[in-house]
Parts: sequence; C-alpha cells; structure tokens
Amino acid sequence: MTDVVSRAHPYMANSTDEARKHMLNAIGIQDVDELFEQIPPGHRTGHRFDLPDALTSEVSLKRHLTGVLGKNENCESYLSFLGGGIWQHHVPAICDEVWARSEFLTSVWGTAASDLGRNQAWFEYASQLGELIGMEFVGLPVYSWGAAVGHSFRMAARITGRRQVVLSSLMDPEREAVAKTYCGFAEQEGHIELIHVDHDPATGRLDLADLERKITDETAAVYFENPSYLGIIEDQGSRIAAMARNKGAETIVGVDPISLGVIAPPSDYGADITIGTTQPLGVHMNGGGGVGGFIATRDEERYAREYPTLQVSLADTIVPGERGFGMTLFGQSSYGSREDGNDWTGNSVYLWAIANAVYMSVMGPAGFEEVGKSILQRSRYAARQISSLPGVSVRWGAGFFKEFVVDFNATGRTVAEMNAALRDKQVFGGGDLSQDFPSFGQAALYCVTEIHTLDDIDYLVDSIGEVLAR
Amino acid sequence: MSGLRKYHAAVWDEPLVMELGATGRRGIVFPETEQAIVDAVGDAIELVPESVRRSGPANLPELSEPDVLRHYLHLSQETLGMMGISLFGTCTMKYNARVTESLVRLPHVAETHPAQDVQTQQGTLEIIYGLDRMLCELSGMDQFVFQPGGGADAAFLHATLTRAYHHARGELSQRREIITTAQAHPCNSATASAAGFDVITLPMEEKGYASVEALRSVVSERTAALMVNNPDDMGIYNPDIKEWVDIVHAAGGLCFYDHANFNGVMGRIRAAELGFDACMFMLHKTFGAPKAGGGPAVGAYGCREHLAEFLTTPVVDKDDEGYTVKVNRSAGTTQVREYMGNIPVVVKAYSWLRAMGADGVKEAADLSMLANNYMERRLLQIPGVTKALPHLEQHRMEMTRYSLADLTEETGVTTLDVQNRMVDFGVDAYWLAHEPWLIPEPFTPEAGEMWSIEDLDYWVDVIAQICEEARTTPELVTTAPHNQAIHRLDGSGLDDPGRWATTWRAYQRKNPDASAGTAG
Ligand SMILES: Cc1ncc(COP(=O)(O)O)c(C=O)c1O
Repeated sequence: MTDVVSRAHPYMANSTDEARKHMLNAIGIQDVDELFEQIPPGHRTGHRFDLPDALTSEVSLKRHLTGVLGKNENCESYLSFLGGGIWQHHVPAICDEVWARSEFLTSVWGTAASDLGRNQAWFEYASQLGELIGMEFVGLPVYSWGAAVGHSFRMAARITGRRQVVLSSLMDPEREAVAKTYCGFAEQEGHIELIHVDHDPATGRLDLADLERKITDETAAVYFENPSYLGIIEDQGSRIAAMARNKGAETIVGVDPISLGVIAPPSDYGADITIGTTQPLGVHMNGGGGVGGFIATRDEERYAREYPTLQVSLADTIVPGERGFGMTLFGQSSYGSREDGNDWTGNSVYLWAIANAVYMSVMGPAGFEEVGKSILQRSRYAARQISSLPGVSVRWGAGFFKEFVVDFNATGRTVAEMNAALRDKQVFGGGDLSQDFPSFGQAALYCVTEIHTLDDIDYLVDSIGEVLAR
Repeated sequence: MSGLRKYHAAVWDEPLVMELGATGRRGIVFPETEQAIVDAVGDAIELVPESVRRSGPANLPELSEPDVLRHYLHLSQETLGMMGISLFGTCTMKYNARVTESLVRLPHVAETHPAQDVQTQQGTLEIIYGLDRMLCELSGMDQFVFQPGGGADAAFLHATLTRAYHHARGELSQRREIITTAQAHPCNSATASAAGFDVITLPMEEKGYASVEALRSVVSERTAALMVNNPDDMGIYNPDIKEWVDIVHAAGGLCFYDHANFNGVMGRIRAAELGFDACMFMLHKTFGAPKAGGGPAVGAYGCREHLAEFLTTPVVDKDDEGYTVKVNRSAGTTQVREYMGNIPVVVKAYSWLRAMGADGVKEAADLSMLANNYMERRLLQIPGVTKALPHLEQHRMEMTRYSLADLTEETGVTTLDVQNRMVDFGVDAYWLAHEPWLIPEPFTPEAGEMWSIEDLDYWVDVIAQICEEARTTPELVTTAPHNQAIHRLDGSGLDDPGRWATTWRAYQRKNPDASAGTAG
C-alpha cells in the first residue's frame, strides 16, 4: 500500500499503477521497456532531461501562464494604429463562441456524415467568400496571404508554362519574402523570376508605362494588390488586366476582403485569380498567428486543376435529395499524388475558415458596406488631422483604404523616436517603414479601422503634436 | 456485443446559411460615424475612386445575430470531433487543456500585433524562448523556430533551407535530389519537389524499411538531403537510421527528421544524437494543441548550429534587457510564412510541456506504447484483422497498421465500409493510410496517452462488432452510416467539372432547376 491519494496525471486516464499493470499483463510483459525493443541500444539516449518542474496542477499552471502572458501589452491596453498585413478589427463575440466549440476544435478528419457540420461550415466559408469576391471556385484556406501569393504564382506558371511574374515594387516585404521562397533560386529549373514595376510617385498606383515595358511573352502573371500594402486603392485594374491578357498572362489580384463592401471585387475588373487574407474576417491578430490566406478563381478546369489546396464541394448522398459535402480534386493534392501533385497541402487554418463563415454571416451585405464606409471615413479623417500637424504630411492623402503613409521627414524626428514617445502615452504608432522603404526616409504606415472613435483619433493627433512640441 | 452504446448523432436538417434569413435583417451594426468626422471628410463612398466602387450589395445572407449563432451551433452538433473516441492514427489525438484554450482568447494573446515594440511583447517572447529551450532539450537541436504553419510547412522550410545551404556553397546546380521513403509522409516528397528538387523514393522492403544497400545505391554527389520519419506509420522503427545519416552526410547531404511520430519515443531518443541536422515537431499533435479540423497549426522546426544561419524566420533570444527578436532576411530564401508563428498554438504547446514536465513526457510515451500494444493484442484476436507485415514480430511503436484484406475477401466489406460504420457507434472514423497504400485495406489507430482502458476496449469492441456484422448482415455495413446526420456520401460527382461545386453560386449555376434539397 503506497499513497492513499493517487497523483495520476489529469490528462492521462491510464496514469495509474493499476492501469499500467493491467496493460502489461494483457501484453504479457514485465516491464514497459520491453516494448522499445525495436530501438537499438546505441540509439537510446543517456541524456538526463532538464525540463522545468511540472506544473501538473491547473492551479499552478494557470498562475504561471497568466504571470508570463501578463508581461505583454496589447492593442486593447494601448491604443494601436499598427496594421500592414494584420489588422485590429472588431471580432464579433459569436465568432469566438463558435470556433471554440469543442466539436469544431477537436475534429480531425472524420467522414462526410460524422463531421457534416464542419464540412458544411467550410462550404459556407467558400460560398460567402465567393460572393464577396465574385468568384465561383474557392479552395480551403492556405497558411497566409504570402502563401497564397506563392501558390498563385506557381499556379500561373503551370497554367501558362512561363516563368516570370510582374509585380508592384511597393509590396509588403514580409509577404514578398514568403512569395520569393515559393519561387526558388535562379539556378533551379522551375525557378520563377519576380520583376518589379515602378509606381507613380504622385499617386502610389502602378506606373502603367513601366508595366507595359515589363509584360512580355515570358510573363506568366501580373500581380497587384487592392488596396495595396500602403493602403492605395488601385483604380486601373481593368487596364492592367487587359494589358496582361494581351500578352497571354494571368491577372492575379490580392485583396483585403473587408474592403469589398465599398470597393469592387477583382472579378469586376478582370482578375483571373483572386487571393488575399482571411484574418480581417473575424480572426484576432494573435500576435501574427491570426493570418490565413485564400485562393479563388472562376470555375474553369484551366484553374481548378492547378489548385494545391483541398476544396469542399456540395455532393449527393446515397439517399435521393439529401445533401452532403466531399473533397473535390483530392487526387491532385500532395495527399493524393505526393511529389506529382500541385505544390503541397497539410494542416492549415481550417478552424479560422469557420470563424470567417460566422463573420460573413453576421455581416451580411449591409455589414460589409457599413464597415467599409466607416473605415474610409475614419482613416481619411485621421490622415487629414495628422497632416495638419507642423512638419508632418501624408504621402498620398486621397484614394486609400484603412492605411496611409505618414511622412515625418520634415520634423527631424525618426519614426522610432516618435513611436517610443507615443508608447509613453499608451499609443502604438504606425509601423516604421524606414528600414523597408529607405527612399521614403522617416515614414510610418498608420492603420485606422472601425474600432477607432473620433476621440481615439483626436487623442492620437494630440499626442503626436505634444511629442513634436517637446 | 450488447455493451455498445445506442448512439445517434444530432440531426438538424440544417439549411445552408445562404438559404436562411430575410431582407433587412442584421447580425451586427457598427457605430455611426461621428458628425465631426463626416463634416471633415464628407460622404464615404466619394472617398473611393468612381471606377472601382462596388456596384451592388454582395449576395450574402441577412440574419439576426441569434439566428447565426443557432445555425452554427447546429453545425457544431453535427460534428463528431472528439466527443466520442478518436484514435485517428498519425495525428496523436490527445487532450487539449481548456485552461490554455481560455487563456489564449484573452487580449494579452488575441489582441497583440506582431509589430508591437519588443518591450511590449515580453510575455510572448518568453514563451517562445522557453518552448525553444525545451524542444532543444528534447531533441538535442540548437535552435527552434515556429513560423511554419503546419508539419508540411516545416518540411518545406527544410527543403528551402537545404536549397539555401547548397546555394551558399555553390553546389545547388549539382545537388538536385532529395531522398525519402515510401513510408514517409507525402509532405516530404511534395515540399522537396516544390522547392525545386527531384525526389527519389526508396521502396519498402521485407523488414519494413528500405535497406542500407538501397540507400547507398541512390546517394551521390547529387544528393541534397534525406527527409524521413521514424518510426513510420506502421509502427516500425528503422534500426539503420544512424547509418543512413552517416551515408548521406558522407556524400555532403543534409538529414531532416520528420519527428511527427514522436509520441512513443519522447524522452528515449534525441534527433541530434542520431546525427540529424534538423527535425520537426508537430505542436498540434504531440504537444497538446488541438487539431481544429486542420489547423491553425505549427510545425516547430529545429536545427543544429551550422544551419541556423540560413533561417530567415525571426529568432528569439535573450540578453540583459530581456527577450529580443533577430530577423535575418538576407540569410537565404527560407521565409515560409509571415511573422513568428501561430502564437496561440505555441502557448498551448508550452503549456502542455509545463504541465507534463520531463517525467510526464516520458510517462505519456510509455502509456501510448502500452496502449497501442494492448489494443493490438485484442484487435488481432478479431477474425479478419491482420497486422501489416505480420512476419515482423517485435512490438510495434505507438501505432500499428492493420489490414482488413481477409475480411474483404471473405465478406466483400472493405475498410472504407468499416470506417463508415464505426461512426454509428459514436466512434470517430479511423485513419486508413497515406497514398499509395502499401498494404491492402489498411487501417491505423493510434491510442496515445489520453484514452482510458475502457475507451480502448470500447473501440476494439466496435471493430469486433462490425467484423461480425460483415459476416452476418454485410449490407448493414456497406450502406453505413445509419445513425448519423446524413447517409453515406455519393462521391461520384466530385471530380466531374459539370457537377463539382465549391460554392453555392457554382451549384446554383450548374443545377438551375434543382429544387434545393436539404442537408439531413
Ligand atoms: C509523419 C507526418 N509528417 C508530416 C505530417 C504533416 O503535417 P501537417 O498536416 O501539419 O502539415 C504529418 C501529418 O499528420 C505526419 O503524420
């Protein structure tokens, strides 16, 4: 008789002497070590594992985690104007309520019948996103916008048999770095070459004359974003797409879907492949972990057969009139065809697709229009007020959505100095562009969304003013 | 077998959300823009250049908030997940502690932005650093990063790092081949190919793995890397793996250990001691983060010192001031995703390791080995069930692959039929095997450490019951499921361009006069 009170680990039902004995007996061995007989002695480690002491009790574990995570500040404890690829939007409480349901949280693969609800939610994600962006064929999400860019370039290369992509020189360097990883090195056979197009310094939009020079018979695709990384609304989409089409190239457009209640979907101006981010659709920033990406096209085999993703399709069951959902074109994925499949797939951000579906359902057409208008007005107001400060200007003061570039060059201050001083006022200033876009000098990318009130914006402007006055 | 539960799934006969609602209903409204803002900037739509204004409202459903909630709650109830017993092989189904689930939903994780000043992210960085240290301890690697968004993405990171490594040495044009095995997860060969390499796949041999001779015959000055998992999904451990690593190293290649099947060997072997240059752990599997139907996930990628310089992903370090982040974009093209990783998943894995400690980790490994071998004893007593490669007598690791070929031959009932029938008992469908199947009619349970003996027994009882039914009432099995929200899928249209429909608008176009059926 040992301890009366068992200290079995709460996560493991068989963590009792009795259970272990029961299994050992049934297997017919004395010692669990016998089960490891396949591992040669020379492979087994003699290492004494030095891990922190176990916090087996939830009481201690929670205390510890709360203590550590409490060292973070966040965009609710501070007033934040950070954006640039991941944004603070309002996440309706029911988005979290739904994805956090244990059924969705713990599902793994299942069957069409037993995980019907999850599959239907995925289909509703694709269907609603398809309505928003004007596309009929939508894959399940990929890891991020950057991953979607990379996959879409590879799709275009396969479709056209060409190996160059022409894209804006003002792309998010983080996103472009991911895309480049998908394109390989020059000495490799399948390498995709990225060719930058200048922008019009006066408007921030693509320089069409330069684009004309850069699109050739080698061009697989032209890629631009709307709104762009720096917030600019690109209004030359139809002409860009026409130029691409003339040379037999695909037009790929990256969008922030929260803008689509007020801005036309890329299908309206000629996009062949529409990609973008899913994070603004009801997913928290999660320190950068909230990202997700989508790929969508017209429902044509030319495109459908080049998808790397899994996609869920409405299907019949063996009972007439009954609906279910199954994976279409599974065989062309890496699950189906290993290295002969399109790129690869795996665990992605499918739970966020459920949050996205809930988000689009609560928003409806009016919600998207309202949030778009709210962002347009609030961000324009913020830009206007900020540019009224002495020495501060906004690089492109019109024709932007949600984000704009604030120019501090004439103030003699660096963005780093400004942001450090703003932090003392509980404000996260806009993202520092001085490293990534040295030609801009001291400039910052400010983001204003539907969560920012008049008072928030005025507080920001007053704070910048006070810092500058020092 | 009378002891089985009388289970039936919830049947909500739930329409698509696009079929619900009515004009004018709202699920959310936003604050009206303050008058001072409107006065300053004017009408919102005027702020969009005319040629790119949205021309009409999106065709989205219009529902009240409670109607949306109830719709998705119905869908959640029509999802089995881990409400029953899920022994989904290769995915290490384990408990996802709800304490961490609740903590990551708070603003100190959820509402953090990756571009916040590092001084305001010290909590997150401490967790990343702490998890990095613990995983280095478990594997013997020198540096972990968490940027990859899944196991396959970590394999991709390795393939791109292999590329950067050989590029830096001027050997990339020559080193064009990555070697893997038929038992390796498809993501290894697929990401190697996507990174521009030719793939050589070693076939399985009689001992359950490829021979050293087979490896030698393909290794050359063209070899860029080896990418393998061990044990494989059949529960077979390749005892020659150290020699493999030596052979590939001698030829100048890198060795990557896909450590997705880590659960049984935790605390027993260390990837670096076996000679590997790099390894990958799945945080959404071995380290207690939920499956979530397919992510958010993290493939934690660890490498030895000599490869760390090729990482483009942010690396967390510590100095006197606190935790720091180093970004090295010039290192080579190895950035596989934006930012530092799925932070909530990293927190969950950190939390799991803290809850387990070194002893708990080892105990979990032992229990998963015990549970698998315990189940195997019972499963092999069921007529019709055999073990893959039955001539291999040593105990399998944390998984065993089985075959129902005998049952199929005798009754016509296939492993897919059995899979569809088991959900009638509230048991999640089992994993079959990756393509291509190396043995006929496969299935692969993985017991893990969470499930009780009673659960394991119930699972085996269900298989026994179904095998019995296959003999007595086969049509009951071949037409299953019967107790689910819907019946068996007719997948005949899934690859037909005229019939597939990944969106409702595509379905409506392809079925103009289909009187909308209903789910269920
Ligand atoms: C052995 C092995 N490697 C890699 C993976 C791929 O992981 P993911 O689906 O997260 O991309 C898996 C998936 O379960 C696996 O079992």
